[in-house]
Amino acid sequence: MIYLDNAATSWPKPEAVLEAMTAFMRDIGANPGRSGHRLSVEAGRTVLDAREAVAELLSIRDPMRVVFGLNATDALNLAIRGTLRPGDHVVTGSMEHNSVMRPLRDLEAEGVELTVVQASPEGFMDPVDVSEAMRPGTRLVAMIHASNVVGSLLSIRDIGAIARDAGALFLVDAAQTAGCCPIDVGRDNVDLLAFTGHKGLLGPQGTGGLAFGPDVDVSRVRPLRSGGTGSRSEHEVQPDFLPDRYESGTMNGVGLAGLAAGVRYVLERGVDDIRGHEVGLVRRFIDGVRGIEGIDLYGGGDARRQTATLSINLRGEAPSDVGLALDEDHDILCRVGLHCAPAAHRTIGTFPDGTVRLSFGAFNSRGAVDAALDALRGMVGR
Amino acid sequence: MIRRKPTEPTGVALFHSTSLAIRGERIARKGGLKVKLVPTPRHLSSDCGTALRFRMEDIDALRALFRASSLECDDMIPL
Ligand SMILES: Cc1ncc(COP(=O)(O)O)c(C=O)c1O
Repeated sequence: MIYLDNAATSWPKPEAVLEAMTAFMRDIGANPGRSGHRLSVEAGRTVLDAREAVAELLSIRDPMRVVFGLNATDALNLAIRGTLRPGDHVVTGSMEHNSVMRPLRDLEAEGVELTVVQASPEGFMDPVDVSEAMRPGTRLVAMIHASNVVGSLLSIRDIGAIARDAGALFLVDAAQTAGCCPIDVGRDNVDLLAFTGHKGLLGPQGTGGLAFGPDVDVSRVRPLRSGGTGSRSEHEVQPDFLPDRYESGTMNGVGLAGLAAGVRYVLERGVDDIRGHEVGLVRRFIDGVRGIEGIDLYGGGDARRQTATLSINLRGEAPSDVGLALDEDHDILCRVGLHCAPAAHRTIGTFPDGTVRLSFGAFNSRGAVDAALDALRGMVGR
Repeated sequence: MIRRKPTEPTGVALFHSTSLAIRGERIARKGGLKVKLVPTPRHLSSDCGTALRFRMEDIDALRALFRASSLECDDMIPL
C-alpha cells in the first residue's frame, strides 16, 4: 500500500511519537498544570516540551507564545473570531481552506466586511493585489501559507509587511507548511500562525494551536472559551497572560507528548532536509506526469514554489472514479474532490468536480512517485 | 507543623502559572542550579499552586537566569 494523502494527515508517524504517547499513558497520565504532585508536574513538563519544540521550529523566542488547541481549525477560529467585530474589515484570498472561509462567511453575515483577493489560476497571490484591498479599517489579513489543493506557496513575508504597514494583524494558516517549509514567525512578519499537529509536524490528530508573534498584544485577541486553567484559581475571571488566557480545560497531554516527539523528529532531521526531499519527489512527479498524454496537472508546475501536494485530472474521468481505481487496483491512497476548499477549486477552474490530489510526505520514497506514475500510465492506457 | 528533615536555607520563586514555573525549573537546571518544583506554601499568596524551591545562595544567579530568558517571576521569598 502506498499512502499519498499526507496533506490530509501524515502517515506513518516516527516511531518516537508512538513511544512518547505510550510512555505518557503508562507512566505519567496526570493532569498537566493542575496539581502540584510529581506526576502532574511531569505532565506539565511534557506540555512544555511540546511548546518549546514548536517555538524552536517557528523561531519564536518565548515558548509561552505557543498556545495549544484542538487543530488548525480551532486555532483559526480563535484568531478570526477573537479579533473581528461587526464593522471591521478583513482581507483574505481565494485559495483559502474552509477553516478560514467559513468563519469569515459567518462573520460577514454578522456585519464584518470581507474582501476576497483573487489568486492566479496557478494558485499564487500577488502581494500588490493584497495591498490594493487594504482599507483604513482593515483589522486582519488572513492568508493560507500553501494551498492544500495545488501546494502553491504564498509570499507571506511580503503580504505580512503589507498587513502590518496598514496596522492590521497578519494571520497565516500554516496547516500545510509547518514542518515541511522553513517558517520564521518574526522575519516572515507573522502575527498569528495557526498550525496543526497531525500533518507536517508528524504528531497525532487532535493537536494544533496558535502561535503569537513577538509584537502582538494579546488584548487584541479575545479568548473564545473560558474556564479552569490551574492558575489564579481564586479568581472568577479568565487570566490575561499567555498561554493560560487561551487554554481553558484539561490539555491533550497524551497528544502533546506525541506532538513533542514529532516536532523533535522534524528538528533533528531538519526542515531543510525534509523540504529538499519533498522538492525532489515533486520534481520527479511533475517530470513524469508531463510525459503522460491525457492528464492535466494543476498549479505552477515548479517544485520550488510549492509543497509536496499536487492536483491532477484524467481528462474525461471523474476524480472519484480515478481515486477508487487508484485505491482498489493500484493500492494507492489519495484524496479526490474539493478538499474542503471550494474557493481554491474555483480559482484553478476545477469546481465543482474537483481534482485527484496526491500528497507526498517525509516518509515517501522515489519508488512511491514511480508507482503512482506507473498506475496513472496504466489507467490512461499507455 | 509537620516535622521535616533539616535542610539548608531555601526560598521559593512564585509565578502566575504552572507553565511558567515549569519553564523556570528548566531554565534554572540548564543554568546548573539545584531547584525543585513544590506545592506553593499556603502562607504565601500566589496565583499558582506550584512554586520553584531554590537554595538561598543561588538567588542572584537564579534572578539573572530568569532575566536572560525574559521569564516573568512574581516574587522570590525566603522560607
Ligand atoms: C490549508 C488548511 N487549513 C486548515 C486545515 C484544517 O486542519 P485541521 O483539520 O487539522 O483543523 C487544513 C487541513 O485539513 C488545511 O489543509
